[in-house]
Amino acid sequence: MPRLGWLVGRLLQIVPTFLLIGIAVFVLARLLPGDAVSAMLGDRASDATINRLTAELGLNRSLGAQLLAFLTAAAQGDFGASLSRHVPVMRLVAEALPVTLSLVAIATTLALAIALPLAFIAALNANRWPDIAIRAVFQVGLSSPVFYIGLILLTVFAGWLGWFPVGGYGESVSEHLYHLFLPGLTLSLSFAAVVMRNLRAAVLAVLTAEYVDFARAKGLARSVVLLRHVLRNALIATVTLVGLHVGALLGGAVITETVFAVPGVGRLMIDSIFARDYPVIQALTLVLAVLVSLAFLVTDFVQMWLDPRVGR
Amino acid sequence: MTALLQIRDLTVTFATRHGAVHAVDGVSFAVGRGEVLGLVGESGSGKSVSLRAITRLLPDFARVSGQVAWQGEDVLAMSPERLRRLRGGQIGMVFQEPMSALNPVLPIGLQITESLIAHTDLDARARRARALELLDLVGIAAGPSRLSQFPHEFSGGMRQRAMIAIALAANPAVLLADEPTTALDVTIQDQILRLLRGLVDELGMALVLVTHDLGVIAETCDRVAVMYAGRLCETGDVAAVFARPRHAYTAALLQAMPGEGTRDRKLLTIPGQAPRLDAPAIGCAFAPRCALVRPICTTDRPVLQPVAPRQSSACHAAADLAA
Ligand SMILES: Nc1ncnc2c1ncn2[C@@H]1O[C@H](COP(=O)(O)OP(=O)(O)OP(=O)(O)O)[C@@H](O)[C@H]1O
Ligand SMILES: [Mg+2]
Repeated sequence: MPRLGWLVGRLLQIVPTFLLIGIAVFVLARLLPGDAVSAMLGDRASDATINRLTAELGLNRSLGAQLLAFLTAAAQGDFGASLSRHVPVMRLVAEALPVTLSLVAIATTLALAIALPLAFIAALNANRWPDIAIRAVFQVGLSSPVFYIGLILLTVFAGWLGWFPVGGYGESVSEHLYHLFLPGLTLSLSFAAVVMRNLRAAVLAVLTAEYVDFARAKGLARSVVLLRHVLRNALIATVTLVGLHVGALLGGAVITETVFAVPGVGRLMIDSIFARDYPVIQALTLVLAVLVSLAFLVTDFVQMWLDPRVGR
Repeated sequence: MTALLQIRDLTVTFATRHGAVHAVDGVSFAVGRGEVLGLVGESGSGKSVSLRAITRLLPDFARVSGQVAWQGEDVLAMSPERLRRLRGGQIGMVFQEPMSALNPVLPIGLQITESLIAHTDLDARARRARALELLDLVGIAAGPSRLSQFPHEFSGGMRQRAMIAIALAANPAVLLADEPTTALDVTIQDQILRLLRGLVDELGMALVLVTHDLGVIAETCDRVAVMYAGRLCETGDVAAVFARPRHAYTAALLQAMPGEGTRDRKLLTIPGQAPRLDAPAIGCAFAPRCALVRPICTTDRPVLQPVAPRQSSACHAAADLAA
């Protein structure tokens, strides 16, 4: 089973990836302008306070020792205490992360639900009116900034029509879904536009493939030809794009969460940056990078499942 | 002999960015039960396009006219569902390109059985058995593991044979085979041609066999149709046409044929430039390369007409060639 070997290899690859992410986050923190202690304490701190914090943060040890300590702690989910909120960093992250993950999941689901059928319809009607209309609408989606779309949706559906809440996150799961729908939709639109364009092109390319003609020559029903032979093959290219885009989606979540006052990672990140809450920033950077590389991992697995040529 | 499949005055024009391409221009032929028709002509002469036009597999921008009759039924006017049952069920097709005609991400077994699902009511177990039987028939042994393999695990020759197995899956009455043995070595080519000939002789299948190889025509076919620049030059019984070609192009082809015993698979080559399909010749398309050309050849288009019993030719020099 060569593919099993490939699978295990791909899984093991995650170890050096995480290690590198950890080192990069550590190094970045040291590269920040000014030293962390004076940045945290401001200009008027006494020497005693500075020394105490320096020791507390372990900054008086060698860089190697600091790195090792950081990585060991990080592996255990220990990022110290937040400087501005005085609670363990991990508790803040653990509260915010599910919110953002839900938001990204909703956005991805909506984007795919919008993009897949429309891309298919557009490709099957290439250069006729349904295709032209679909592409025109998505062109607008692709060229408008996220916050602008967010504000419009907010004004129309939350403000004028009152169908959705203006912001927040709610208490129960159903309330969460209700609160995250508009921000999820906002986040999904540019993503849907990218997926739509990509998949439309992929479907058009696959439609001219010999094996599609051969499938028709066999006398397969049109739906079988389209789903089994066209859509599946076209999706292989698109899956990679979707996986790569999850990173961008996390970035877009920062803006969307701010517009809709959603208490997720994006909001936490912005607040922490303004508060110069370095431990939180560090932890979030690390967590987001790990999430993105996990998304890539999942992408590769889906790819392998769709395409038997991968990993042989 | 009853004609199962009758093509009359088939014309295919592709509207491309660079103008119209007249790929097939007024082609007529028929094939009956238990008969093998060889379709021969140099590259670009419209053999593949003609075959694809029969079951309407050409892209939308192809304009097709003429008649295709399946047992008297007008194929070009069939409903989508009727056409679906015709394809694969009554008319099987082997494509020219073995490397690209199989779906790279589906197992071979599924690509065979989906044909059975479309045309038979066999259950899963029977379909699997039939798939194995088909692979065995085309000489791919080694059993069930083959069914779960993917095209990239097959050699070019095995893919071509798998494609033949797929085309034969639902026992079609007609097989349109577009150079079905190009990727095969000589022994396997013989084996496949014998298999097809056997199906024709024993089950009464009709076969249209496209090839570049006049040796294959001589060995396997009953009748031959020679194409040049999208037009039909000559048709007739193989023995008669080979003994006494009545079209200057056929004569040139036979002259260029490698001698008996040399199994040279060279493409048909005769001197001169390939014809242009964007601006069809006013007279005979072969005139610029023809050794027997005369003034009328560049001004009047020769029509296909009987020149001997069961032999027709579209050549102004047909009478001279008979001498
Ligand atoms: N989809 C298409 N669009 C435009 N032109 C096409 C298309 N398919 C075929 N043609 C043109 O039609 C002509 C006939 O092509 P066809 O494939 O039938 O040749 P052929 O006789 O099968 O040649 P070969 O022996 O090389 O397979 C060629 O000039 C080709 O360029
Ligand atoms: Mg061809």
